[in-house]
Amino acid sequence: MSKAYKTGWFDRKGWSDIIIGLPYVWLVALFLLPFLIVVAMSVATKTPTAPPFSFGGDYPLLNWEGYERVFSDGLYLRAFLTSVVNAAAAMLLCLIVGYPMALGLVRVAPAWRNILLMLVILPFWTSFLLRVYAWMGLMGKNSWFNKLLTDWWNFVVPVDWAVNSIPMMHTNFAVVLVMVYTYLPFMILPLYASLERLDTTLDEAALDLGSRPHQVFFDITLPQSVPGIIAGGMLVFIPAAGELVIPTLVGNSASPMIGRVISDEFNQARDWPMASAVAVALLVLMVVPTMLYSHFQAKSGGAK
Amino acid sequence: MPAAQAEPFLRIEGVSKKFGSFTAVSDVSLTVEKGEIFALLGGSGCGKTTLLRMLAGFEDLSAGRIFLDGKDMAGVPPWLRPVHMMFQSYALFPHMTVETNIAYGLKHEPISKAAKQDRVREMLDLVQLTQFAARKPHQISGGQRQRVALARALARQPKLLLLDEPLAALDKKLREHTQFELMSIQQRTGVTFMVVTHDQEEAMTLADRIAVMDKGQVKQVGTPTDIYEFPNSRFVAGFIGSITSFEASVKGRDGDHLVLDVPALGAVQARDVPGLVEGQAVTLALRPEKLRITKNRPDATNVVEGQVKDLAYFGKDSLYRITLPSGELVQAHAVNANRGEDAARADWDDRVFLSFDPASAIVLAE
Ligand SMILES: Nc1ncnc2c1ncn2[C@@H]1O[C@H](COP(=O)(O)OP(=O)(O)OP(=O)(O)O)[C@@H](O)[C@H]1O
Ligand SMILES: [Mg+2]
Repeated sequence: MSKAYKTGWFDRKGWSDIIIGLPYVWLVALFLLPFLIVVAMSVATKTPTAPPFSFGGDYPLLNWEGYERVFSDGLYLRAFLTSVVNAAAAMLLCLIVGYPMALGLVRVAPAWRNILLMLVILPFWTSFLLRVYAWMGLMGKNSWFNKLLTDWWNFVVPVDWAVNSIPMMHTNFAVVLVMVYTYLPFMILPLYASLERLDTTLDEAALDLGSRPHQVFFDITLPQSVPGIIAGGMLVFIPAAGELVIPTLVGNSASPMIGRVISDEFNQARDWPMASAVAVALLVLMVVPTMLYSHFQAKSGGAK
Repeated sequence: MPAAQAEPFLRIEGVSKKFGSFTAVSDVSLTVEKGEIFALLGGSGCGKTTLLRMLAGFEDLSAGRIFLDGKDMAGVPPWLRPVHMMFQSYALFPHMTVETNIAYGLKHEPISKAAKQDRVREMLDLVQLTQFAARKPHQISGGQRQRVALARALARQPKLLLLDEPLAALDKKLREHTQFELMSIQQRTGVTFMVVTHDQEEAMTLADRIAVMDKGQVKQVGTPTDIYEFPNSRFVAGFIGSITSFEASVKGRDGDHLVLDVPALGAVQARDVPGLVEGQAVTLALRPEKLRITKNRPDATNVVEGQVKDLAYFGKDSLYRITLPSGELVQAHAVNANRGEDAARADWDDRVFLSFDPASAIVLAE
């Protein structure tokens, strides 16, 4: 009876349809429709008009040139490769740095846990651009940070390898470093969520059955945190692969990432169909592994 | 070899555990023999799990020592102890199958792969789960999970198996069945079992010996009969089975019997308890099944008159509640030996006589 009272208004007069429908409307209006427009643009032809593309008339209805160039022009393939390699490196480093942090968050006394969790999220309170500029300052040739690293480098390597300063700015190293810094919380939080749910008596059971602590980690903790690793990995990899701002500010313009290529095609070259084709290709590249993952999840699903 | 007393299999010596200022286990000393089923019985929060966890090596001792097979366990980490634990929640690994769960402990055994497989098969057979070997823990029933946990703990052939409320998660019917299964498995494997339970019937059924615990202390250790028939304190008498207790004082001795002055019953003769002195305040405890109910005054040492207030008929037996002249209520149990209408059987509001043997009266000084 009380349940009917609580949910009554929800069932009446299609309220539930509206509430459940709103997110769908949102997704359709602000994601699906724009995406369909991009897909349509990707098969249009570049024209010196405004907007700078046309379908049909004097031009072919479906122009596949953009896609052909994506798969034949070395520039695009290299950009894709750079993006994937940088994003994968950032993802792995985030995992290596983030896993111990997430595990520490779970194991630390509850009184500390919330404070430390807040410290993980704290960087978001400062403007993202400001933080990237701070890194640019740190990595620059004359910064104390660079000098410190240079001194250390010159100390540990043979004299022949000594350098005046370490060239960090405008390298893929800088891009990966700043991406790891930026995306680390996106790795830590899902890992924390999946580790936090684990039953610690399972660890005790494994210790009891003769496993040492490090074996318990590899046998019990790690396998059970795979969903968190995958979620964190995707949360880092997908935005990192399409990243525009970080490579623009600290990256090597001679080997651009794909986000930069899309931006240049739109703004500099004003080749909207080409930019759209690259964007669609990027999306397919990102979506296919995601779908494979959820397919795999559904198949092995219900395990918990 | 010195002629000294043989070292018991497990010796717990003055063990205490403090969490901050709270004492969870207080100065516990116990010995357990090889091949025994030993039960730790006590109410919630009395420190049973804490004691088991100290045996398994998960908690440090605040004081005392533990010797297993003559070896001091101090500083031995859990993974090196020949002690396995069956957790209250079973703690099965959810990402492994029944078979890999059971095989997990064998990973570290220096035996061939074939021998490991044989052992796992043997264990699956022992707990009758061969056909479920490939299932994951969430795909089997609670009773089957309990058996997987048992098989996993036994696979490495521990010297001592600790079972923390092994049957608590099972329903009543399954629990009774599983009790006997546990006992038969224990007999076949010969492993020493230490079982924690808060269910006195379970302890009495399973165990060779029982330690009754209260507030971190062991109150009494003994066989189920010892504990039931000869409790050493009011706590133990009240915890195991039901009793009716009366305040009393020692009046003197008559031959080999103790004479008590019980305000509610008058003078009562009881089995002598050494060490009691005249005038000492004691408790007289009577178990319901030790009381006889008759309609005519019987020729017995201890007789008291009363009136039936309540009676519950269970078929094979009946439970009476009888009001004494002093107003106190006594519980008495009667077996319904004769079928049908029985003129000798007391009914509501009947005046009856209760009688009991001096040997059945439990006199408690504590
Ligand atoms: N890690 C701990 N820190 C503080 N107090 C604890 C800790 N573990 C147990 N205790 C306390 O010690 C006492 C004994 O706990 P224990 O788990 O041994 O009880 P138990 O006899 O197993 O009870 P139950 O039958 O409810 O399982 C309890 O009062 C409990 O609150
Ligand atoms: Mg317990």
